[in-house]
Amino acid sequence: MSDSHAHADHAHHFDSVEHEFEAGKLGMWLFLVTEIMLFGVFFAAYGLFMYLYPEMYKEAHHHLNKMMGAFNTVVLLISSLTMALSIAFIQRNQKGKSMAMLAATFVCACIFLVVKYFEYMEKIHHGLLPGKFFHGEGFTAPNAALFYSFYFVMTGTHGIHVLIGMGAIAWIMFRMNRGDFNERKYGAVEFVGLYWHIVDLIWIFLFPLIYLVG
Amino acid sequence: MSWLGTLDHKRIGMMYFFTTLFSLCVGGTFALLLRLELMFPGQQFFDANTYNRLFTLHGAVMVFWFIIPAIPGALGNFLLPIMIGAKDVAFPRLNLFSYYLLLLGMSINLYGLLAGQGADTGWTFYTPYSIRTGTAVVSMVMGVFVMGFSSILTGLNFITTVHTLRCPGMSFFRMPLFVWAIYSTAVLQVLATPVIGITMALLAIERYVGIGFFDPKLGGDPVLFQHFFWFYSHPAVYIMILPGMGIISEVIPAMSRKTIFGYRAIAFSSLGLALVSFLVWGHHMFVSGQSPLANFIFSLITMATAVPSAIKMFNWTATLYKGSINLATPMLYALGFLFTFGIGGITGIILGTLSADLHFHDTYFVVAHFHYVMMGGAAIAFFAGIFYWFPKMTGKMYHEGLGKLSFWFFIFGFNVTFMAQFVAGLNGMPRRYHDYDPMYATWNLISTVGSWFIATGILMIIVNVIYSIKFGAKAPSNPWGAKTLEWQTTSPPPLENFDKVPTVTAPPYEYGLRS
Repeated sequence: MSDSHAHADHAHHFDSVEHEFEAGKLGMWLFLVTEIMLFGVFFAAYGLFMYLYPEMYKEAHHHLNKMMGAFNTVVLLISSLTMALSIAFIQRNQKGKSMAMLAATFVCACIFLVVKYFEYMEKIHHGLLPGKFFHGEGFTAPNAALFYSFYFVMTGTHGIHVLIGMGAIAWIMFRMNRGDFNERKYGAVEFVGLYWHIVDLIWIFLFPLIYLVG
Repeated sequence: MSWLGTLDHKRIGMMYFFTTLFSLCVGGTFALLLRLELMFPGQQFFDANTYNRLFTLHGAVMVFWFIIPAIPGALGNFLLPIMIGAKDVAFPRLNLFSYYLLLLGMSINLYGLLAGQGADTGWTFYTPYSIRTGTAVVSMVMGVFVMGFSSILTGLNFITTVHTLRCPGMSFFRMPLFVWAIYSTAVLQVLATPVIGITMALLAIERYVGIGFFDPKLGGDPVLFQHFFWFYSHPAVYIMILPGMGIISEVIPAMSRKTIFGYRAIAFSSLGLALVSFLVWGHHMFVSGQSPLANFIFSLITMATAVPSAIKMFNWTATLYKGSINLATPMLYALGFLFTFGIGGITGIILGTLSADLHFHDTYFVVAHFHYVMMGGAAIAFFAGIFYWFPKMTGKMYHEGLGKLSFWFFIFGFNVTFMAQFVAGLNGMPRRYHDYDPMYATWNLISTVGSWFIATGILMIIVNVIYSIKFGAKAPSNPWGAKTLEWQTTSPPPLENFDKVPTVTAPPYEYGLRS
C-alpha cells in the first residue's frame, strides 16, 4: 500500500484485485484451520473426561437449559444464512440488500449473546460455576465442577469469538457504507463471512457435545 | 518510510534479525551463569531457587525468543519473497503485526522476570507444580501465548506467499530448498502453535479459577497437559530445525559449485519431517505412565523420523562429492552442521529406544542431545545463513578472518561443552539440579570451560556483524556466484526487490557440475 500505487484498487505486490482476493482467501482458510486446532484441544480434553467420568457428565448436563441451547443453535443457523446472502448480494452489487443482511446477522449475534447471558446467570444463581467456585448442591457423582469448567471455558471461548465476529461485521458494514465494496472487490465481506461460518460450525459441535451428552 | 512502521519484508526481516540476536545474548547469558554454578560441586553463586529460575529462563528465552522466531523471522522474511521473485509477502501489515506481537510477548516475559523474578517450572511448565508454585508462571505462559500468535501469523503469511506470489516460471520444483523448508515450517506453525497457545491460556486460567483440567486434586489429569504441551513442542523442534536444514541446502551447493544431489528427495523430506513430527510427541512421556502399547507406537514412529533426516544428510554429503569446495565462513558452519547435527540425530535414536530411555530420561544425556540438535543444528545453521546472506542483507562484506576464527572457537567449545554432558549423562547425572554428586565434577568443569569458548565464538559473530555493517567493504550483488534469485538483484535489493519482475526458466542450482 505504497503511496505511488494509491491509484490502484489492489495492493502493490499483487497483479490484480482477483489475485489479492485469492491470497486473502487462502490466508483466511489457514486462519480457520488454527481455530479448529484451538477448539480441538477443548474437544480432546472434554472427550477424555467424558471417558473417565461418564456418570458425572450425564448427571451434570441435566442442569443445562436444552431449550435455550437449541434456540441459540437455530439463531446461529439463521445468521449463517443471512451472512451468506449478504455475500451473494454484494457479488451482484446490491449494496442495500447486502447491508440489510449484515445487519440481520449482527442482530442474530446479539440475540445469541443475550440468551447466553440468561443461561450464565441461571448457572451462577445455582452455584454451577467452574472449578473451585463450584458450589452446586445435590450432585452424587464426584468432580461435577469439572463439567462446569468445560461448560464455561468452551462456551466462553466461543462467546468471545462471537464478540470478535460482531466487531468484524460492524467493521465491514462501516466500510460498505463508505463504498469500499462492489461486485469486483468484496474480499473483506467474504472473509468475515468465512469466519462467521466457522463460529457457527463450532457451536453446531458444542451444542450436542455439552447439552445433549446424556 | 521509517523503520518502525515499515511494511517492507526486508526491513521487518532485519528487525527480527537484531531482535533475535539480542535474545541469543540474553539466553546465552543465562546459560553461562548456569554453567558457572555447575563448575564445581556444591553451591557456588546461586541457591537452588535462583538456579531453578535461571534454567527456566534460559530454556524459555532460547526456545521462544530465539530459535523459533530467528530463522523464519529474520532470514525467511528477508529472503523468501525474493527467492520466489515476489515483491513482498502476501500480507505485509500482518507481517509487521507479527513482529510487534513477538516484542509484546517478550515484554510480558520481561515483566514476569522483573516484577515476579521469573518462574521456576522449567520451560515445559508441567502441571501440577506450575499450578501451585508462587512464581510468575502466568506472565511467562501469557508471553508464550502472545508469541505463539506471532509465530502462527508468520507461518500463515509464508504459506500464502508461496502459493500466490511466485513469479512467472517459478514452479514448485524450481523453488530453492530454503523455500521448501520455510514452507514446511510454516505448515507446522499454523497447525501446532494454536495447541500450545490455548494450553498456556488454560494453565493461566487454572491458576486463577482452578478449572481442574490438569489438576489431579479436582479430578483433572496432569498427563493431559503433557500431551498438549508436546503435541506442540515436538513439532516445534522441527519448526526450529527445518529452516536450518533449508539454509544448509542453499550453502552447500553454492559453495561446492555443484547441482544439489536429490533435489526432490530433499524437498519432500522437509514435508515428510513436518508430517511425521506430529505423530511422535509421546516419546517425551515414556516414563509418565503412558500405556506400553502407546510407548511402543511412539517409539517406532520416532525411529521413522530418522529416515527423512538421513535422506538430507546423505544428499548434502553426496553434493560435496567431487565439488569445487570454497571453505568460506558460511561453508565452515555448514560442514560443522553436518558433523554436530549427525551426532544430535543419532543420539535421538538412542533416546527414542524404550529400554534406553528409561535410563537416560531426565539425565544430562538428554540435555546434551537436544543441544546438539538445537544449537549444533538450528543455531549453527543460523550462523551459516547469517554469513552466507550477510552481503545480500546489508550490502557489505563481513570480515572473513574473524568469521573463520569464530567458527573454530564455536565448534571447539560446543563439542567440549556437550560431549562432556553426554558422558555425565551416561553415568546418570540428573538434569535440573543446582548441585551434583562429586563423581561428576570433572565432566562439569570441562563443560563449563567449553561454554566460555562458545561464548567467545558467538561474541565474535556479533562483533563481526556490527563491525562489518559499519566498516565492511561494499558487497557485489553476487559474491558467491550463486544461482538462486536473491543473488540476481542488487545488494541490498531495491524496494520491490527487482527492477523488473523476473522470469524463471531453470531449476535453482545449475552450477554446471552435475551430481
